[in-house]
Amino acid sequence: MAELTYRDAVIRGIAQEMTRDPDVVFIGEDIGKAGGVFKATVGLYDQFGPVRVRDTPISEQAILGAAMGAAMTGLKPIAEIMFSDFIAVCFDYIANEFPKSRYMSNGQVKCPLVVRTGNGGGARFGAQHSQSVENWCMMIPGLKVVAPSSPRDVIGLMAAAVRDPDPVIFFEHKSLYATKGEVPDGEIVDTLGSAKIVRPGKDATILALALMVPRALAAAEKLKSEHGIDCEVIDVRSLVPLDTKTILGSLARTHRLFTVEENPRLCGWGAELVSIAADEAFYDLDGPPVRITTPHIPLPAADLLEDIALPSVERIAERVQRSLQS
Amino acid sequence: MAKLEDRAPAPKGSLNDDIGEEKRLALYRTQVVIREAEQRAYDLFLQNLVKGTSHLSLGQEAVAAGFAGAMRPGDLSFCTYRGHAHTLARGVPIVQVLGELMGRDIGLMRGKGGSMHLTSVEHGVMGSYAIIGAHLPIACGAAWRAQYKGAKDVSVCFFGDGTTNIGAFHEALNFAAVWKLPVVFVCENNLYMEYTPISDVTAVKHPAADRAASYGLPRIVIDGNDADVVYRAAIEAYDKARAGGGPSLIECMTYRYSGHSRADPAKYRPEGELERWKERDPIKLYRERLRAFGVGEDAILRIDAEVKREVDEATEQCKAAAPPALDILTTDVYADGGFAWRN
Ligand SMILES: Cc1ncc(C[n+]2csc(CCOP(=O)(O)OP(=O)(O)O)c2C)c(N)n1
Ligand SMILES: [Mg+2]
Repeated sequence: MAELTYRDAVIRGIAQEMTRDPDVVFIGEDIGKAGGVFKATVGLYDQFGPVRVRDTPISEQAILGAAMGAAMTGLKPIAEIMFSDFIAVCFDYIANEFPKSRYMSNGQVKCPLVVRTGNGGGARFGAQHSQSVENWCMMIPGLKVVAPSSPRDVIGLMAAAVRDPDPVIFFEHKSLYATKGEVPDGEIVDTLGSAKIVRPGKDATILALALMVPRALAAAEKLKSEHGIDCEVIDVRSLVPLDTKTILGSLARTHRLFTVEENPRLCGWGAELVSIAADEAFYDLDGPPVRITTPHIPLPAADLLEDIALPSVERIAERVQRSLQS
Repeated sequence: MAKLEDRAPAPKGSLNDDIGEEKRLALYRTQVVIREAEQRAYDLFLQNLVKGTSHLSLGQEAVAAGFAGAMRPGDLSFCTYRGHAHTLARGVPIVQVLGELMGRDIGLMRGKGGSMHLTSVEHGVMGSYAIIGAHLPIACGAAWRAQYKGAKDVSVCFFGDGTTNIGAFHEALNFAAVWKLPVVFVCENNLYMEYTPISDVTAVKHPAADRAASYGLPRIVIDGNDADVVYRAAIEAYDKARAGGGPSLIECMTYRYSGHSRADPAKYRPEGELERWKERDPIKLYRERLRAFGVGEDAILRIDAEVKREVDEATEQCKAAAPPALDILTTDVYADGGFAWRN
C-alpha cells in the first residue's frame, strides 16, 4: 500500500502497461520531454524513450488518426488530448472513425486504442477548458467511456482500457490530479463496466462520476450527521459498458435515485440512467428520480460563478434532503 | 521524377525495359477490370439494383492500376468513397465489390459498409473513408506502426484535389514529414471537388504539389492517365519510403468521365472538356503503348474478353445472391462481436 496522487497514478498506470506490452505506445502534445501540461506523464519519456513516448505537433486530428492507423495494424496506442474540450476539433475520429470501422468492415478492422484526456471544471479555466464532455462520447455506438475518481481506479481502469480490444475514451478529471488515495502495490487491473458502491446506505442511491464522487460522499456524510439520512453512493466509473445491475440492485434496496452530474443538464449521462430506472425499476421507486447537474450554461471563469455552477456538497445534500424529507 | 510539364514521350522498342511485358499486361488488365466493373456498377444503378450513392473512377483507372501495380503484398491502401477502383486494383474479386454495392450477403462487408466503405484487410485495403481527409492521418498511423516495428511495408493514401483544402490534409502532411513516415500521399486531381472546379477555391494552381514545399517535400505532378508514368512514380516513392526517406506527395492529373456521384449529371463542365480528356483516355493510351511495344492485337482482345466475362459472371452471381442475414444488423459493434453497452 502506498499513498499516491491521482496524477502519479496516471503515470504509474501508463508505465504498468508500457512495461507489460512493447506494443503499447504513447503520443500527444508536450507529453514527452515536458512531462505533460498537467505533469501527469512526468518520467515516462525517460523510462521508455522517445520512440515509445513521442511528442506530436498541435494536430489533434493527426494524433487521433495516427493512433487509429497504428491500432488497426497492430499497436496499442495511448493518445492524449490535452483538454477534453479539444475533442471537438477531432471529433470525426471519435464519432465517425474509431467506433464505426469494425462495424462497417463487418468485423475486419480492429481499433484497440485509448484516448486519455483532461476533463471537467473547478480550475477557473472558463468555458473552453473546463467542460465535462463524457456524454459527447457516451452516445456513440462502438466506443467505451470511463472516468475514474480515485488513484487506484486510475491505474486499474487504465490497464483495463489499454487491454480492451475496443476504442476507449478515458476521462481524467483535472480537479482530481492533486488528490491522494491509497493504492495497493503491484499490478492493478480492473474491468470496464463495473460500478462500485463506495458508501453503502439504505435511504437513497446517489450515482456520481469522477469529481462528483468525492462530493457525493461528502454530501452523504453531511446528510447522515445532520439529518440521519443514510445514502448509498455509487461511483459509476464506466459509462460504456454500463453496470446497470449494480445500480438497479441498489435501487431495489433504497427506493430513491439521485444522479450527480458535472455536465450541463441536457442529455447528461444521468438522463439515460433515470430513463433506465423508469423503464426497469419504476415500481421500486418511492419518489421521482432527481438529477443534480450543472445548469444548461457554458462554464464561467470566475471562482464564485464556477462554484455555484457545478454541483457542490451543499447543493447535493440540500437537494437530497429536500426530496426525502419534504 | 517525371513532371507533367516535361513528360518525355513513351519509350519505343523492347518490352523488356524497366516495366517489362508481364507487368504491362497486368497494368492493362487492371485498368480494364476497373473500367468494366465501374461501367457495370453504373448500369446496375440504372436498373435500381445498386441503391444509395456511388462514386465511379471511369477515366481515372491508370492511377489505381499504377499505384497498386507497384505495391508489394503487405503494402496498405487507404481509399476514399471513390474507392472501387483502388479496391479492385488490389485484387479484391469483382463479385465481392459488386455484391457490396448491391447489398448482398456475398458483398465484401455483407452489405454493412456499402459503396463508400469498401474494406478488405486480407488484400491490404484498409478501408474507404467518406469523411474528406480523415484517412490521411490514419495512413500516417499505419506507417508509424511499420516504422516502429521495423516492417518494410508502405501505406498509400488516395484522395482528391478537393481534399487538399481540409485541415486533416495539412496536419497529416506535417506529421508524416516530421516523423519521416513511410507513407505515400496520392492526390488524384480530377479538376473538380463535387461540382466546383478546384481552381475556383484553391490559392495555388496545383492543389497538392504546390503545397509540398510547406512540408519540406519535393513538388511532384505527373500524368495520371499514363499507367507507366504512374507506375514509375509509385516505385520511386515506395523505394524512398522503404529506405527510411519519409513521405511523398504525388499529384496525378486525371479526369472523371461520370458525374461526382450517381446524382450528378455534371452540367458544370465546359464545352469540349470531357471530349478532350477522352482523347487521352488511359485505356486507349495504354492499348497504343502495348501495340507500340509489339504486343499482338489478339493478346489485347483476349484480356478484354476475359474481363468482360468475369464482370458478366460476377453480375449474374450477385443478382442471384441472397440478401444479408438480418441478424448481422447488431454484430461487430464491439470486439465481443455484439452491440451490448450494458449488463
Ligand atoms: C468533411 C467532408 N466535407 C464534405 C463532404 C462532402 N463531399 C463528398 S465528396 C466531396 C468532394 C471531394 O472532392 P475531391 O477531394 O476532389 O475528390 P473527388 O470526389 O473528386 O474524387 C465533398 C465535398 C464530405 N464527405 N466530407
Ligand atoms: Mg476531385
